[in-house]
Amino acid sequence: MTTEYEAIAMDFEGAGDGRERALAVLLLSMADDEFVIGFSDSEWTGIGPILEEDVAISSLAQDELGHAQALYTRLTEVVDDGRAADAWAYDRPPEGYTHARLLDHPRGDWAATIVRRYLYDTADAARLEALAGSSDRALAELVAKIRREERYHLLHVETWIERLADAGGESRDRLLAAVNAMGPDAGTVLAPLAGERALVRHRIVGEPFAAMEARWRDTVATTFRRLGLPELPPTSSPGRSRTDHSDAFRALHAEFTMVRGSELGATW
Amino acid sequence: MVMAAPISTDSVRARLATVHDPEIPTVSIVDLGLVHDIRVEDGRIAVELLPTFVACPALEVIRATISDALAVLGPPVDVSFTFAVPWTTDRLTETGRAGLRRAGIAPPAEPADVRCPFCGSATVAMDSVFGPALCRSLFYCRDCRQPFEAFKPI
Repeated sequence: MTTEYEAIAMDFEGAGDGRERALAVLLLSMADDEFVIGFSDSEWTGIGPILEEDVAISSLAQDELGHAQALYTRLTEVVDDGRAADAWAYDRPPEGYTHARLLDHPRGDWAATIVRRYLYDTADAARLEALAGSSDRALAELVAKIRREERYHLLHVETWIERLADAGGESRDRLLAAVNAMGPDAGTVLAPLAGERALVRHRIVGEPFAAMEARWRDTVATTFRRLGLPELPPTSSPGRSRTDHSDAFRALHAEFTMVRGSELGATW
Repeated sequence: MVMAAPISTDSVRARLATVHDPEIPTVSIVDLGLVHDIRVEDGRIAVELLPTFVACPALEVIRATISDALAVLGPPVDVSFTFAVPWTTDRLTETGRAGLRRAGIAPPAEPADVRCPFCGSATVAMDSVFGPALCRSLFYCRDCRQPFEAFKPI
């Protein structure tokens, strides 16, 4: 029996062989991750807790949307079916998105946003490291560029998670609540993709997702121990990490497709 | 019949030196280190640029400005963006760094080495890594009491 996600993966008619289909699945999963967290975090623009953080989170969100655009653009070259990057970003129903379940959580309060950013950015860093020597040269070049920007993201979010943990009181309580709510979904970013074997065999990724996840869990465990935060639980339902999206995501989807849906084919 | 003189990549580069970053009018895209490759072949001019940041919203404006600037040369112009090598702040020329200072933006440096672009003071503090554009941080000069922007080292 194929899962819904595998059905999406089979749908890449424009992508020829197993290598291209696997690459397409990878690109779409990464692009969707960056797009959804970017759009979700952009909801802080104008209402950030302090002005500097309003500017910071807006910059982070803008970076992620740019990464998503570049990844969707690479996808349009691999899946040559006439769809433009914007069509991938905006013209799919909610169930057609393949972002990780971690990003299905609403942006929540500032602590929840910081925890999600921390868990996602550290997992994404492990994934980008595994792509640095990718046999897909265009992807490897893009990843080299993205990693230079992500250094700033990690610096920012690591500072914030320490600040919230060390502050005690309500800050720490909110941080713990967010870690408990999102912990079981944190590993979904690095859950094995359909087509993982082809990705490894064709050296599109440098190692299996389980190896990326192990490195990532070590990083998080070191930080969490130092800050006295609980250990992350194993991923719940890893086989359905990128399906079954939440009501919060469906609401976000309604939001980010609204303008495009109001005037088909409109451009800025 | 009079043949037009062939267009050299140098003449294209000279025209590109008149194109400025839309947000930093004192720095040309050449001094910013954006120009990766110029080719003149098959009756077309191809210019490849390196985005400073992947999400830089100025790219489309820069593309249109380049097309306008090169129109006088005659051939059709193709402007594309590439990540073939990552743009880094090392690509800024000395002229580019001076141009940034004229615009009130400190050239990229490690935070401890940032100097106020207005008075040159080293007594400055970083207010925020993230500033009004993806490529810039926010600083404050304790000597001349001016807030200023600094290009992020990347």
